[in-house]
Amino acid sequence: MSKMATLNKRTNVELDRSVLEHKLDPKKFFLQWEWLLVIILVVILIINGSISDYFRGTQVLDATMNFMDKGFMVLAMVFVILLGEIDISVGSTAALCSVIMAIAYNAGMPMELSMVLCLAVGLGCGYINGILIAKCKELPSMIITLATMTIYRGIAYIILEDQASGGFPEWFQYLSWGYVGPIPFSLLMFIILAVVFGLLLHKSVFGRQVYAMGNNETTSRYSGIKVNRNKIIIFTLMGLMAGACALFLTSRMASTRPNVAQGYELDVIAMVVLGGVSTAGGKGNMLGAILAVFIVGYLRYGLGLINISAQVMMIIIGLLLIGSVLASNFLLNKPKALPKK
Amino acid sequence: MKSSVNILEKNKTKKIFRELGLLIFLIVLCVVFQAINPTFFTWENLADMLRNTSILAILAVGMMMVMITGGIDLSVGAIVALAGMVSALTVQYVPQLPAVVAILIGMGVGIGCGAVNGVLVAKGRIIPIIATLGMMNVFRGLTYLISGSKWVSAHQMSDGFKSIATSGIGPLNTLIIIAVVVVLIFYYFLNYNRTGRYIYAVGSNPESAVITGIKKDRILIMSYTLLGLLTGLAGVLWVAKFASAQGDTATGYEMNVIAACVLGGVSVSGGTGKVGGLLLGVLLLGVLQNALPLINVSTFWEDFIQGIIILVAILLNISVKRRADKNALKRREI
Amino acid sequence: MKKWMTVVCLLIVAAFVFAACAPAAETASQVPESSTESGEASAESSTEASAGTETTGSGKHAIVFKNTGNPYGEKEMEGFENAVKEAGQEAILRAPDQPTAEGQIQIIEELIAQGVDSITVVANDPDALQPALTKAMQAGIKVIAVDSGVNAQSRELFVNQAGSELFFFFKQKTAYEMCSGSGEFAILSATSQATNQNAWIEALQKIMESDEKYKDMELVKVAYGDDLRDKSVSETEALLQSYPDLKCIVAPTTVGIAAAGKVLTDKNLGGKVALTGLGLPSEMAEYIDNGVCEYMFLWNPLDLGYLAGYTAMALTDGTITGATGDKFEAGTLGEYTVVDASDGGTEIILGPPFRFDSSNIAEWKDVY
Repeated sequence: MSKMATLNKRTNVELDRSVLEHKLDPKKFFLQWEWLLVIILVVILIINGSISDYFRGTQVLDATMNFMDKGFMVLAMVFVILLGEIDISVGSTAALCSVIMAIAYNAGMPMELSMVLCLAVGLGCGYINGILIAKCKELPSMIITLATMTIYRGIAYIILEDQASGGFPEWFQYLSWGYVGPIPFSLLMFIILAVVFGLLLHKSVFGRQVYAMGNNETTSRYSGIKVNRNKIIIFTLMGLMAGACALFLTSRMASTRPNVAQGYELDVIAMVVLGGVSTAGGKGNMLGAILAVFIVGYLRYGLGLINISAQVMMIIIGLLLIGSVLASNFLLNKPKALPKK
Repeated sequence: MKSSVNILEKNKTKKIFRELGLLIFLIVLCVVFQAINPTFFTWENLADMLRNTSILAILAVGMMMVMITGGIDLSVGAIVALAGMVSALTVQYVPQLPAVVAILIGMGVGIGCGAVNGVLVAKGRIIPIIATLGMMNVFRGLTYLISGSKWVSAHQMSDGFKSIATSGIGPLNTLIIIAVVVVLIFYYFLNYNRTGRYIYAVGSNPESAVITGIKKDRILIMSYTLLGLLTGLAGVLWVAKFASAQGDTATGYEMNVIAACVLGGVSVSGGTGKVGGLLLGVLLLGVLQNALPLINVSTFWEDFIQGIIILVAILLNISVKRRADKNALKRREI
Repeated sequence: MKKWMTVVCLLIVAAFVFAACAPAAETASQVPESSTESGEASAESSTEASAGTETTGSGKHAIVFKNTGNPYGEKEMEGFENAVKEAGQEAILRAPDQPTAEGQIQIIEELIAQGVDSITVVANDPDALQPALTKAMQAGIKVIAVDSGVNAQSRELFVNQAGSELFFFFKQKTAYEMCSGSGEFAILSATSQATNQNAWIEALQKIMESDEKYKDMELVKVAYGDDLRDKSVSETEALLQSYPDLKCIVAPTTVGIAAAGKVLTDKNLGGKVALTGLGLPSEMAEYIDNGVCEYMFLWNPLDLGYLAGYTAMALTDGTITGATGDKFEAGTLGEYTVVDASDGGTEIILGPPFRFDSSNIAEWKDVY
């Protein structure tokens, strides 16, 4: 009996939410995950400013250069996770893009073309992921991207072996080290892309379809949404952004080797989830993820400014991740996040 | 009555089919390796291979259980390091400690870590991948902190502790025996024990499991704790085997464990997974790790080849499964 | 109930945020005076500025190691800290959690923002740090590379542990002696990425080709253990399987040599297959004592860090400029001279590596 009662209660909560989504209740409005993120971000900025004399003015903007490369991937990863899928090959894709760009440039290709090639390789890798995931419905995307993760990095190793490659023209460094006025170029690019991706997700038909697919793929298919096509597009987009990440990362390091961007996938996924996007699919938005990029980035930078050792930093970031998801679960009374079906 | 028996038989053929595909693939692979390097199929090499694979097998059994509940645990590599480091430090300061106690200490640490993961997932309602990702950072950081960024080296460990990995009964190394025992226990547990069956129930359909009266949270916590226990055991074995405990022990090893499970037909969406298939997956990875250096491929090709083989194996597995499903469907129509 | 949960969760989040500043106190003991001084710096800066113009009392010197949790690196950083503290200055010890250039770049940026006087790097990649280090040099920060160097454009000076002299032990004895002049030997290297290791292997191959003495010796394989225990063990086992006549394994990496020592011990091959290379005494004591490895080499990381610390301070206070021929006094280590490096920059050479064998391993195994 009591079990039935709890079940009913839960269903009621679900109903409640769906009704409330249509009218703007001020209490609900301010109890959104994004507000909590904003508060955390502000607190981190204030603490950063108060504990360190160096966190001032342009330094606040400069600090973003350190995490913008991951930010690019976060933008596309939001789409992937909203679908209820996951892509853990992004770090390897970025490494492969970067390596191929360097090889092409050193083989005599003009830098502009090499950069296009870098993005194209990312596009291609993402497309392959997309095709495999759309065609093999039985296999979760995690497995397929686990395999392609090894393969993409393997190709990067085959190409460059133990060598580093670089020698890019001077202007290429502008991507990650240059400024437009006081704003770092990479931050500017991120903001522009964030707006584009935000509009795509929240103001376009495609974006609505993504939410529909994340909530119920079968229903979406029967409602006439081209599920497979959309999936392929999103994974291709993910690959493209991995290529963009590769551009900025390579520019930052002025050279590349096959082991760059190792472990980026977990960082990126962590940022997206911290931003309130549910890995079960269908819930979350772009703003949260973008805020999460800055939260994690500034937290790391702030801890670095007071010379916290890496091991303590790891613990703090791990606890932050868990603490914030815990908070979102209980504070915002989200329905139970069940394992993906 | 008769039809139900038929369906049972059909399911059985389907099951055999699935594992058969992987088995044939494994055999073909072994034949190829043997053709390239004849030392592959020697008793000594096989013993090496099994010894190196036993830790993976122990971890994979635990991981399978968690994956059956629909979860995943990314923190196993970090728990291996933490449990290994704690037991190695204990052995360093108390050299006369019996090896069994060191193992128990490691398992205790593992249970603690696993329980934290389990509670976060079950009671904290955090998605497993995120909860364990966060805890991975925490456990790894703790390992560095308690060790003071130092390593525990061979000469600081007692002979009894190191002999865990070098002793054996007859030609069988202790590591292999422990792995076999663990696999057998969990085979029984998952197939013939009521609680073990509950794990499948929770993974296949959480809602109906709850309605049938299964205490889902308890099952979840138990699965993660058991994985923690196995991970702690593996941590001690790892440290004993290499006679060295480092802060970065087993970094990224969780991906190998997950890959072994997935190759063995464990589904990440929960509910499915068999010990038999899992062993094939573990063996496939073990053979690759052992044979790729043997057949003299360039180091730079190893990643690529491994990735391609994993991809081919999983694609082959689906195509076999699809065919089997189709046949089953055809027979049902008649 | 729900409200309670809400309060608890808010508290947890708050705790994490404050955890961000709590460890500041913790590191104060670990990294002496770093955080306290940054707080008081503004108050004291006027007095210090007047006093500290020609004396060296207020310098801040940072060292960035490859990754955290590496005892070799800890010792190197300890040596650095000792040197800087002897001079009454402030040392900042940093390392990323993974051995990546990306992590080091971020740390270098943070150090630039803190306005340190010098940055000493043990690079994960010789080229990738160039933009970050160039930025540091433009900000007036002295940049020194130590141990694992960076390219000549992105440093002012390189503190080299052994230079090309490292090969003296290959040239004169070691592999030659251990194989008694003829037979097969193999190299077990770290990652295929480690530039210094590959440079050594290349030089070794050159020596073998050019010298008649080695005509009977054959390098059968260069295996890569990726500095991972399990992989190094698999690679060693594969070497033993594939080359039954193998006489010697040379492992110029601390993880690889210990893993190989373990395999040879377990297989009772001590005396049959010789093992040598670069290893940590603490890790290798076991295998030197049981005779699997007769002798091996390593320089003292404490000395290396110590020398780097004095170099950093000498560069900062203008004793040396990094030009060839400059001389300075490096504490207890004595006088050092800047020489030309093979890559076009300048370097300081610590000296030949130390040889560890059964006679001296006991006194070193507890040191590092």
